[in-house]
Amino acid sequence: MSTVFAKSVPGREGVWPEKPRTEPVDFIPEGLLRARGANLPSLSELDVVRHFTRLSSKNYGVDSNFYPLGSCTMKYNPKFTEEVAALPGFARLHPLAPQLPGGGDMVPGALEVMYETEQLLCEITGMSAFTLHPMAGAHGELTGALMMAAYHADKGHAKTKIVCPDSAHGTNPASAAIAGYEVVSIASKDGIIDPEALAAVLDDQVAGVMMTVPNTLGLFERHLPRIVELCRAADALLYYDGANLNAILGKLRVGDAGFDVVHLNLHKTFGTPHGGGGPGSGPVGVSERLIPYLPVSRVAKDEAGRFSLRYDYPKSIGYVAPFYGNFGVMLKAYAYILRLGGEGLTRVSENAVLAANYLRKRLDDLLEVPYNRICMHEFVSSAERQGKNGVHALDIAKALLDRGYHAPTIYFPLIVKEAIMIEPTETESKDTLDGFVTDLREILALAETNPAAITAAPVTLPVGRLDETHAARAMEITDDLG
Amino acid sequence: MPYIPHTPDEVREMLDVIGVASIEELFAEIPDSLRPKSFAIPHGLTEMEVRRRLERLAAKNRTDMSSFLGGGFYDHYVPSAADMLLARGEFYTAYTPYQPEASQGTLQAIFEYQTAVSRLFEMDCSNAGVYDGGTALYEAVMMAVRHTRRKKVVVSEAVSPIYRIVLATYTKNLRLTLVTVPHAAGGDDMAALTQAIDAETAAVVVQNPNFFGTIQDFTSLFSTARDKGAVSIIAGYPVLQTVLKTPGAMGADIATAEGQSLGLPLSFGGPYLGIMTCRKALVRQMPGRIAGRTKDASGRTGYVLTLQAREQHIRRQKATSNICSNQALCALRALVNLCLTGEEGLTRQAALSIENTHYAAMRLCCIPEITLLNRDLPFGNEFTAVFPINAKKIVRALVDEGIVAGFPLGRYYPGLENALLVCCTEKHGRDEIDRLARKVEKAL
Repeated sequence: MSTVFAKSVPGREGVWPEKPRTEPVDFIPEGLLRARGANLPSLSELDVVRHFTRLSSKNYGVDSNFYPLGSCTMKYNPKFTEEVAALPGFARLHPLAPQLPGGGDMVPGALEVMYETEQLLCEITGMSAFTLHPMAGAHGELTGALMMAAYHADKGHAKTKIVCPDSAHGTNPASAAIAGYEVVSIASKDGIIDPEALAAVLDDQVAGVMMTVPNTLGLFERHLPRIVELCRAADALLYYDGANLNAILGKLRVGDAGFDVVHLNLHKTFGTPHGGGGPGSGPVGVSERLIPYLPVSRVAKDEAGRFSLRYDYPKSIGYVAPFYGNFGVMLKAYAYILRLGGEGLTRVSENAVLAANYLRKRLDDLLEVPYNRICMHEFVSSAERQGKNGVHALDIAKALLDRGYHAPTIYFPLIVKEAIMIEPTETESKDTLDGFVTDLREILALAETNPAAITAAPVTLPVGRLDETHAARAMEITDDLG
Repeated sequence: MPYIPHTPDEVREMLDVIGVASIEELFAEIPDSLRPKSFAIPHGLTEMEVRRRLERLAAKNRTDMSSFLGGGFYDHYVPSAADMLLARGEFYTAYTPYQPEASQGTLQAIFEYQTAVSRLFEMDCSNAGVYDGGTALYEAVMMAVRHTRRKKVVVSEAVSPIYRIVLATYTKNLRLTLVTVPHAAGGDDMAALTQAIDAETAAVVVQNPNFFGTIQDFTSLFSTARDKGAVSIIAGYPVLQTVLKTPGAMGADIATAEGQSLGLPLSFGGPYLGIMTCRKALVRQMPGRIAGRTKDASGRTGYVLTLQAREQHIRRQKATSNICSNQALCALRALVNLCLTGEEGLTRQAALSIENTHYAAMRLCCIPEITLLNRDLPFGNEFTAVFPINAKKIVRALVDEGIVAGFPLGRYYPGLENALLVCCTEKHGRDEIDRLARKVEKAL
């Protein structure tokens, strides 16, 4: 399909405003003006609508396809929350309004939403306070790491290292490094953190330990109480990566369990859409001892029930975002939480875990499941057995695309060979799960009898497997380059 | 339960397959000692009840005002077709395009977005977007630090203070030296900026139009930076970019921008879009997603995420950035908006914004007590007016008349308590501007 630029016809009218009475050169010296045109497309409204409608048909989304994508919780995105976020009383709100004199009075509804969202997230996680500012999970990790640094510096003992298990998401070590830390990786034992391995690296330079619970293998970290003890003794802060919160709502509160910092991904657990790669939202919660370091501004409520933004926190790490985070995203998560309530959220995790275990049991005779025990909301299988026929995790993923499924996450976590990570979520019906099992069985049978049929996949999509090496070498990254 | 489809019978069947008696058994590994001490979340509500509650909260906010508030975030007209296209579930319920064959829609759109913004800024290439204009500027600085292996960053005080405070938070931990060069009556102090660049300087950072609305040419400053081995970074304003001399033409190495004005609602500060463009030589230092064009085995053109060796899911702690979100839907919105307005539409939007802003400046300056912060410097869609009294008083008085007159600068620029930043877009009518002038005169 040709690019939108190739479709451009000079002079064709789009959605134009009225013709100005003046020209910029009437006000601005010519030397400060643009010399050549920008060569942006000229298209009719229908040209544009058709181009993007056709592009959309080349995508899999949760609305059209089952998306059993481990570690990313691709659940259904309720539609009414989109309308809520688009209400003019929210969508037209200027972020500088509260900085005007008396500005708090212009935005009380927005501040109330933020305050209540923070309170709800505190109750869901057992943390003492939240900031909504981080604009994605990784941004939350960085915010958390900066707060950990501020905490230790404030105690007069700046530390240099952060520990991550080898099963961690890539963002964990990357965020720690960007906050200025050296990253120490520890090996898992039986799929979970080995307290002895942790103890061996927990010296007085360790500022914190980053964990995902359940971890990226979908397993509960059974040694959590011991890990908490070890961290306390070493004055290392315990960080919770909330990517897998969808497994434990109402079952485990990380604050109660002893975590000091947590980031949540509203777009994973709280039903806000992924958007093809953003916008997300990564609020961060902290325990009592880290409250002074939260970023500014913070939403406060006075005795009269009035809300305001406050900036007077001398120990704060400062501003991680220009304003208050991805407000439009938090509105959707707020609406989602109100809709489900406490019981509904608990049911979310129960059914997510139910569905994952059901799929695991239906598939474990076909695919290797290295840690084949009760899992949480996801499980990791391996295509190692299929490898002897020359069929790899990637091939199985592509064959699933052909049958109308988005592929599971593959080759992650790094500690499982030929990993295929499956997370069905609570919103998929048993019929969908059963259909997936049937299709996957057919693929795995073909992998035995006719491997070429699988390694050639996908054949039903707009393109077959693409040459990524060529892409990196040729570097055609605009219509004008390459 | 909403959004959970399983009937009690189906739950039973699933539990039987798993071989457990109850759902609770699936959570047996979580010991009692770790169970929640409380989970006091209110009961769930119906869709209608939640909507009513949110509608009530939305109605408490004052968005019915005649507003001249900008400061880098502007209320431009958004074509209806943009909202309709963005509501397609195939776009907004998709994941990051790691499976390119099932994501050609998102990937081609990113490629087109990269092309459009590169052309807008006359730069070689662009990434697929970062969180917002503030983080884009921070990531640009980090590109420069990595590229030059130097630790000093020279920033003009005329760069948005909202970006500079973010920059300060992130650089504090990395032992970078931020040197802020004071503005000169609303302009950038070119001589002082030039002087501040030395052999230790990683980057010089400016903005055009700057926070005061002033438009300048940084060609000579960037030339000095190049001679000293420093990277030139400029933050721009995309709507005016069809009209203003481009970062590329000035010789910038990296151009960033807040993409909100390209069709994104103000939405109280987010989600927005950080635009990042650069010269080809710096592309491997660029953070975030980048889409590239390639072919499949039968020669069909397709798009993939490329140069991923820079990214966290491959490089972990050695990545260029921890970022793994590109605000894809926001970038798509910007692209759709650019396509709907096209070059002519965007140029008109820019020209109308400039025209209305100059009309507003003229009307305000007809009031004897009001002057411009600097009458000799050109401006575009925003200008700084100076009053004989604190600008906050003017703003407060006009709020009662249903007008947000602008942004008082005293909060960020001590000494400029009497200055007010006023913006117009194509949405302002002359009658609205006349009314602003009348009410300001009355308030003095």
